[in-house]
Amino acid sequence: METLKKEIQQKIVEKTIRIAGAEAVIKCLLAEGVDLAYGYPGGAIMPIYDEIYKYQEQFHHVLTRHEQGAIHAAQGFARVTGKVGMVFATSGPGATNLVTGIADAQIDSTPLVCITGQVGSHLLGSDAFQETDIIGISTPVTKWNYQITKASEIPEIIAKAFYIAKSGRPGPVLIDITKDAQFGELDFSYKKCEKVRSYRAVPKLNIEKVKEAAELINNAKKPFIVWGQGVILGGAEQEFKKFIEKTNIPSACTGLGLSALETAHPLHVGMVGMHGNYAPNVLTNSCDVLIAIGMRFDDRVTGNLATYAKQAKVIHFEIDPAEVDKNVKTDIAVIADVKESLVEIMQYVNKADHKNWIQEFHKLYNIEHKAVISDQLNPTKEGLTMGEVIGGINKETNGDAIIVSDVGQHQMFAWRYAEFIKTRSNVTSGGLGTMGFALPASIGAKMGAPDREVVAIIGDGGYQMTCNELGTILQTKAAVKIVVLNNSYLGMVRQWQELFFDKRYASTEMISPDFVKLAEAYDIEAVRVSKREDLAGAIKKMIASKEAYFLEVVIEQEDNIFPMIPTGASVSDIRLS
Amino acid sequence: MEENKNFTVSVYTENNIGILNRLSAIFLKRHINIESMTVSKSEIEHVHRFTFVVIVPETLIRKVVLQLEKQIEVIGAFYHTEDEIIYHETALFKIASTHLYDEKIQNKLKFRRAHIIAITERYFVIEASGLKEDIDNMYDKLKPYGLLQFVRSGRIAITKPKMAISELLAEIN
Repeated sequence: METLKKEIQQKIVEKTIRIAGAEAVIKCLLAEGVDLAYGYPGGAIMPIYDEIYKYQEQFHHVLTRHEQGAIHAAQGFARVTGKVGMVFATSGPGATNLVTGIADAQIDSTPLVCITGQVGSHLLGSDAFQETDIIGISTPVTKWNYQITKASEIPEIIAKAFYIAKSGRPGPVLIDITKDAQFGELDFSYKKCEKVRSYRAVPKLNIEKVKEAAELINNAKKPFIVWGQGVILGGAEQEFKKFIEKTNIPSACTGLGLSALETAHPLHVGMVGMHGNYAPNVLTNSCDVLIAIGMRFDDRVTGNLATYAKQAKVIHFEIDPAEVDKNVKTDIAVIADVKESLVEIMQYVNKADHKNWIQEFHKLYNIEHKAVISDQLNPTKEGLTMGEVIGGINKETNGDAIIVSDVGQHQMFAWRYAEFIKTRSNVTSGGLGTMGFALPASIGAKMGAPDREVVAIIGDGGYQMTCNELGTILQTKAAVKIVVLNNSYLGMVRQWQELFFDKRYASTEMISPDFVKLAEAYDIEAVRVSKREDLAGAIKKMIASKEAYFLEVVIEQEDNIFPMIPTGASVSDIRLS
Repeated sequence: MEENKNFTVSVYTENNIGILNRLSAIFLKRHINIESMTVSKSEIEHVHRFTFVVIVPETLIRKVVLQLEKQIEVIGAFYHTEDEIIYHETALFKIASTHLYDEKIQNKLKFRRAHIIAITERYFVIEASGLKEDIDNMYDKLKPYGLLQFVRSGRIAITKPKMAISELLAEIN
């Protein structure tokens, strides 16, 4: 298969042929090694869909039930494979329906190329049928975008789009192609893009900064690492592990950093942030050197910046210069590719022990375990909890599953309790917090990693934002395992209403349809569990299934997620109840 | 609270459609008003230069400039304080011809970088250039004569420190 792909790519690169723009688009994608796209056809992109039809032997297209589903699926694919996710949509509403996913990919640094159809160039700006200024609309949320109005521009621009989407800090690129450019002919040949003169994908590593950072680390008594998705995006998981194992520095991750290091690693001290673990949050304000690796100090990570790690010297390993000193003032910034930086710093850092310091994390873990974890995983109350469902999934999958989480309480439980043994296993909407992300993303994740178990954890609210994508599962037979944790509330908002708005549950109570019947209507085997004694067996059966499977778990209605750093509070003021 | 200051932001970009949107979106998302803006060719072929004037705290403009520079088609972005630049603005004043031979107006033009650039039966046009204050002054002086039209340009500025765009381009390529 790989050789065949290479042959096709080679042929395309060598010959110059006269073809239509629409065909050129498909040839460009094949040359980039893309043979799978998600999308939804419509008037302004019909010439391209006609070519998708003609090339169906080589190029696979997944029809979703909404453009938002297409882009989230492409995000799921990109997140588990590290490749560029590919999306097609038509002009007007097709294009605007992508915007949420584009914004999500931008804030979570997910490489995507979205191609939208556009009205003919002679109609641009005339308020033509299904015309919208998608370039204007998508500008603030794309890494780059461009409108093609001539067929001859297609090869160069698509090559540039792929280069920009995946190089440096990845992100979404949108290419809008007018209908006449799709119909128009060009002399086609393809050359991959290797540089853009105004764009420095990866800043040059400054060895002096590496040495300064190493010296600070070597002299630290209480060093603490917080790593983020940068470790995964930079493919630096092994280098990261070697670095922490040599220096013996306790390390915590952000939500998107999860799975870069196996959960059971002795130096993995949990997750920071609003619903993260007690020890790493509290001890952020005790460490003497805070080493941030491939993360951007999101407000959900730092809590109140005025009281965040003020005692510590801060070292920031980061590829994007605009992230340095944006939220937290750093003492030493190593601005470069994280893998390169970690390889380089290994020769300057000393072996260390930090036994007593690590012990402090363990002590606080025990406090959290007693106050929260034990009860969340093995509850004594009658109603089922989200934590025990995640625990049950861990048991059945031995941590070897891709966990795709939606947004809300269930997401926080998934982040806190899912056990990972492989990287790129936590697919979630982190920065944007897009409800409705998980179901379509799980379809893309399964297609990107067909040999792995993919479990989507979704709340009853988010599920109903994109459950139309059950149709895509029906049609593609993507064997995703869907777990809906149903507490009949928009649980996270309800929790905030309980804690900060005097229990005024404004518009958070939710009456839902029979989810089991709904899944069955799409020919998906479905089960509802509301008793503890049925849970383990149901999860076992779901994981054993070779096909898509739906499991609804009826959750205790007012189950809350703790620990919690209330908005505006300091990380060390994290509440256990 | 950190003090607001006047900053002149110079952004060197490719000369492509849509860059203005991309740059203004960065100011917009930070809720920053653009006081003035000029776009023109630069000293390097095919490279354009945006000059923005904004009034913000320095810690903010530093972050904004990094976010501007992050845009794919931006080659380099810089910010400078008033004393780091040599700058100029131009204004045109359209006044009714009845005042043309008014000595007072003639006197006002004498000692300033201002002169009459067009005269017709009904009106005449004065061009004035200089620092922002010079034009503000001229405006105050001419206003009593009834301004039929008034327009002033965005700031154009040359920085005293080097911006080394050619070197930047060479380094990337």
